[in-house]
Amino acid sequence: MAELSFTKEEIKEIDQIRAKFPTAKAATLQVLWVAQRKYGHVEPPVQKLVAETLELPASHVHGVASFYTQYYKEEMGKFVLDVCTCLSCQLCGGYEILHHLEDELGIKAGETTDDGMFSIQEVECLGACGYAPMLQLTNGVYVNNLTKEKADKLIKNLKEGKMPDFESNPMPKLEKRNQAAS
Amino acid sequence: MAQDWRNFEPLLIPDIPNLENIEVYQENDGYKALRDILNAKDDTWTRENVTNEVKEANIRGRGGAGFNAGLKWSFMPKPDGGPRYLACNGDESEPGTFKDRKIFEYNPHLFIEGAIIAAYAMSVDTIYVYIRGEYISWVHMLQKAVDDAYEKGYLGENILDKGVDIDMHLTYGAGAYICGEETAMLESLEGKRGYPRTKPPFPAQNGLWGRPTTINNIETLANVPLVINNGAQWYKDIGVENHPGPVLYGISGHVKNPGVYELPSGVPVLDLINEVAGGIRGDKKLKALIPGGSSTPVLRADQLEGVTMDADSMREAGSMMGTAGMVVMDEDTDMVDVLWRISHFYHHESCGQCTPCRDGTGWLEKVLLRIKNGEGEIKDLDLLLDLTTQMEGRTICALADAAAWPVRHTINRFRDEFEAKCKKSVHAVA
Ligand SMILES: Cc1cc2nc3c(=O)[nH]c(=O)nc-3n(C[C@H](O)[C@H](O)[C@H](O)COP(=O)(O)O)c2cc1C
Ligand code: SF4
Ligand code: FES
Repeated sequence: MAELSFTKEEIKEIDQIRAKFPTAKAATLQVLWVAQRKYGHVEPPVQKLVAETLELPASHVHGVASFYTQYYKEEMGKFVLDVCTCLSCQLCGGYEILHHLEDELGIKAGETTDDGMFSIQEVECLGACGYAPMLQLTNGVYVNNLTKEKADKLIKNLKEGKMPDFESNPMPKLEKRNQAAS
Repeated sequence: MAQDWRNFEPLLIPDIPNLENIEVYQENDGYKALRDILNAKDDTWTRENVTNEVKEANIRGRGGAGFNAGLKWSFMPKPDGGPRYLACNGDESEPGTFKDRKIFEYNPHLFIEGAIIAAYAMSVDTIYVYIRGEYISWVHMLQKAVDDAYEKGYLGENILDKGVDIDMHLTYGAGAYICGEETAMLESLEGKRGYPRTKPPFPAQNGLWGRPTTINNIETLANVPLVINNGAQWYKDIGVENHPGPVLYGISGHVKNPGVYELPSGVPVLDLINEVAGGIRGDKKLKALIPGGSSTPVLRADQLEGVTMDADSMREAGSMMGTAGMVVMDEDTDMVDVLWRISHFYHHESCGQCTPCRDGTGWLEKVLLRIKNGEGEIKDLDLLLDLTTQMEGRTICALADAAAWPVRHTINRFRDEFEAKCKKSVHAVA
């Protein structure tokens, strides 16, 4: 890999992050995010760049990068499907969705398709339990209330370069609330 | 209960369109509590009086432990001129919990206003909001609201020209349930691995960068402006006495209408399941409820009669209110599968600092998998129960307890089901 570096704009963003905290160390997580958005992962050379930028020991940055699950320790597919199989999703068919996606893409959770398009990961609760089963796309939007059909459509759209929109889940209205009281 | 929950009008997330817009929020009495406090001519709203009013209201922490927020604020030492922090916990990672994100999306300014008032009360100069990294969409929503609050002069230097300086910085994690534990969150805010700290010292004495720090949950802080605007007595009349106020109930699992519902504390659990959430999907029978996130002990359907969602009633029933993230299970649910999945979660999320937790969560998961696969034996059930006692109360943080409780109570409350999965023969040595 060629010598890595941040652009001027990225350095500006990093300076803004640093200004939030009294120490450079505190910016570690956020600067790893900046780096991952740029390079798609935080492999050791990327960690080294972060360490040098913040003037921190490489071992510290490595320790942080390896602790948190959202940092990609190696190159991933263009689209990463983080399928939740935790409690509420398990109850609502999260494993069926996971296995369906595995079958459709011909890979297992933890793997990436040969064409480098898709990775699948099995993840813990994403805080969308009422909209189970669900997945998160590449550390970005949530795709909720999955059925096999909705999952297939997502894959098809992604192959065509169409990204899913953010789905809002408004507070449900309690229709009966006032009637029942009267 | 003071009033019928069916008459309740939401307070935390009222049914007003575009309330996330600061203009709309202001038109609906938004930032009035903060203005009233800072504009008070007499000493109605000294810092101490704000703390006392909130303490009197008894807002019980909505992050899971239910501690009186005002009382917690009063533990902060006297200002010594150095920095002091409020760390707002938006990590929201306990399975079954998905409520704080509703505040970020639909009424972010209520939380921001509550946090500013809390900071004022404790003479805090810097507020950090720590949000789980997966909630990046909601981080952006909250950031917009914070930017607007700065623009209107509710944050930053010389707030409302009253000589008060308070900053609010957002930051986010990168995937680690343990960072919801308050001292792990402080470590993560300092840019480190999320390893919980040994207590004492407590964060009020020695928190972020060794300075006085208070940690509150997002929903807890959103309750604060309600108390200032209406008084502690008004607040205490909402819901049940010993756990007052509005609650964001997250209902998931096998119900027809899952979602987050705002209702007073102390709603009967069966009303929540059958009326609010529309009953069980496919008109099946209710089997069990995990009332407040995955760590709270499961209750069988026959244990739910007359039980309400508040700390006292839940304790009497044999469980806990937790985060009010209710996970509902129908008659076809395999409790062995469910418990194995919960144990897998805690094993995955143990930070590994303490041996009873690191090894204990591993064993729980392993033995439960054996039983799930039909290879367990009756004596494995006693092994599991024994493990839970060895894990409890022996670790730096409460994750080990959170992992132990579901195992103990699910086995005790559904013992037949676990035994039915075990091999009948008893081998001499495994
Ligand atoms: C393992 C573990 C995970 C926790 N996760 C969260 C969380 O995601 N959000 C939260 O607000 N509190 C969480 N807590 C509770 C916090 O430690 C802390 O008590 C809480 O944020 C205090 O705020 P409150 O008093 O307003 O509830 C967790 C506790 C433990 C032991
Ligand atoms: S109890 Fe578990 S999660 Fe908590 S500090 Fe110890 S090892 Fe880490
Ligand atoms: S269990 Fe899947 S989002 Fe909570």
